[in-house]
Amino acid sequence: MVKSFFAKISIILDKIKYALGHNFIINTKNNTWVLFSFIKIRVTNRRRQSLIGLSFILIWIIGYLIFALYPIFYSLYLSFFKVKLDGAALQMTFQGINNFKAAFLYDPYFVEILVGYILEIVINVPITIVFALIIALLINQNIKGKGIWRTIFFLPVIIISGPVIGELMRQGATTLPSIREYDIIRMILNNFSPGIATPIQELFDRILLVLWFAGIQILILLAGLQKIDREIYEASMVDGAGPWASFWKITLPSIKPLISVSIIYTVVSMSVFSLNEVIIYIRNVMLGESTDALINGYGYSAALSWLYFIVMVLIILLFVGLLNARKRSRS
Amino acid sequence: MKKINKTKVRHFFMGKNFNDGFIGRLAIYLLLIIIGFVYLYPLLKMFAYSIKDLEDLVNPTVQWIPTKIYLENYKVSFIVLNYGYTLVFSLLVTLVPAVLQTITTSLMGYALAKFKVRGRVILFAIILLTYLLPIQVYMIPRYVLFDQLGILETAWAIILPATFGQGLSSAIFILIFFQFFRMQPKALDESAEIDGANAYQTFIRIGVPLAGPAYLTAFLFSFVWYWNETYVSSLFIGSDLYTLQLKLFNFTSQFNTTQGLSEQALNEAIRYSATILIILPVLLVYVIMQKWFVEGIDRTGITGE
Repeated sequence: MVKSFFAKISIILDKIKYALGHNFIINTKNNTWVLFSFIKIRVTNRRRQSLIGLSFILIWIIGYLIFALYPIFYSLYLSFFKVKLDGAALQMTFQGINNFKAAFLYDPYFVEILVGYILEIVINVPITIVFALIIALLINQNIKGKGIWRTIFFLPVIIISGPVIGELMRQGATTLPSIREYDIIRMILNNFSPGIATPIQELFDRILLVLWFAGIQILILLAGLQKIDREIYEASMVDGAGPWASFWKITLPSIKPLISVSIIYTVVSMSVFSLNEVIIYIRNVMLGESTDALINGYGYSAALSWLYFIVMVLIILLFVGLLNARKRSRS
Repeated sequence: MKKINKTKVRHFFMGKNFNDGFIGRLAIYLLLIIIGFVYLYPLLKMFAYSIKDLEDLVNPTVQWIPTKIYLENYKVSFIVLNYGYTLVFSLLVTLVPAVLQTITTSLMGYALAKFKVRGRVILFAIILLTYLLPIQVYMIPRYVLFDQLGILETAWAIILPATFGQGLSSAIFILIFFQFFRMQPKALDESAEIDGANAYQTFIRIGVPLAGPAYLTAFLFSFVWYWNETYVSSLFIGSDLYTLQLKLFNFTSQFNTTQGLSEQALNEAIRYSATILIILPVLLVYVIMQKWFVEGIDRTGITGE
């Protein structure tokens, strides 16, 4: 029964095989592919490899075209238009760069939120990186239970999410207990002008959240520290360098590339974190929650998202540039 | 009288290099313990509060250790979150994208590592750019596209981009797989080829089995990141199909609309217990698989070879 079934199937399969090998569209003869019986392509090893490689990445390429490249151009296009929702269809009127102008000159919220974001990032990223470096250095010492420490300091990466952090912040669990006990915040508020005091106050309010962003960076830097050759330290010790000097002269230069990686990672992850006020604002604009027609809708929202991207890249360039400028002047 | 060797004592306490002496060690352990405690303080506080009853909550003398373990909070949160059903849906929009994204990115990483694909440098540049471009740039066109396809407010809106390798942080996973496959010895592939395996057989029989750790690491990170993602899912999944995270986000309104809790008032103990219920699945995964998370970072090859 089964055998006869396979016999029947195999006849069909043979026919399909024959059709695939002997058709008008594609044909193989010796080492040549023949397309439409007149285009002849010699199959070199390189070409075959390229083609096989292409077959592996085809899914990704299709996805990239549909879900990334097309959206990139479409949102860039939208950012120059005023888009109105007319049922399911989009009604567009060309705006030129008015959307971008409105973001800075007309919109009462965007600039304020963006400046707040920039300040926050510029303050928080160095704190995160330095903290990560300190923890990585501590764990890298000759201590017992390295695995346990790594596990503890990596834990926040697993649970950090908008709602969970929001819940913790609502209950004041992201600030250090001693900061509250000693009224440090009130002292700062009394002694500085509000322009300086407010960012500091916000920083203290969510200091643990800032440190929680360091989970992955700690491991990145730790991996870098472990790759540094012990013998370099020993040689420098013979030459009379103490721990302090060898940190600045050996450790830091060797992990500098990883610090750059950590900076990029920190900036990106803080920028796309779902409690970030800029991206919340961009979404609200997109969903049309403002009543002012000029700063509403898809077009304006797309313009804001591009501005946001540019600011983000500038911040990354600023940090990485600062890091590498110091290297050049030193050497 | 015993003669105390001064230098020996000094070495014991201070070490040759301070950090290998007794005092140096003690300082390091103390620092780590203090920072570790501060680091985990929100979690510990959350857990301590979640098992407090009303009396303990208002009692200022009860800080860390409640007078009794009170599990009623968890019961309430369980009902408000509709935990069983929501958990299943959350797992659907977490596990499925994670698995599919891992497969697609592994194919991509394998191709970049093993074949001389034309324009490899450009591909890498594109991949890095997709990492830097914030989701806000894609958001609107994707929203319009999904709306036209009629898959907005279904799980497909999350699953589809992941299937095609355009999900959350796909770029990172591609790099992980690239690094991992690149370090596999080429001789293995060549011997398979001599034995008559074609490229796909080599990938399935040799590439994949040897890359087990990379697959596990990528899958775990993907799972955790999808679990914690709310910005995109709140937009694409919408208001009908809530994930656990989104339910927590709207906990107050969820609480007020839940029937049969009339005599209860919403307090922080209930909120904390809900938060714990939300992080419980990933926390369990972490406890069991923490080795793969922590060592996975080394495997990304991000540290340079």
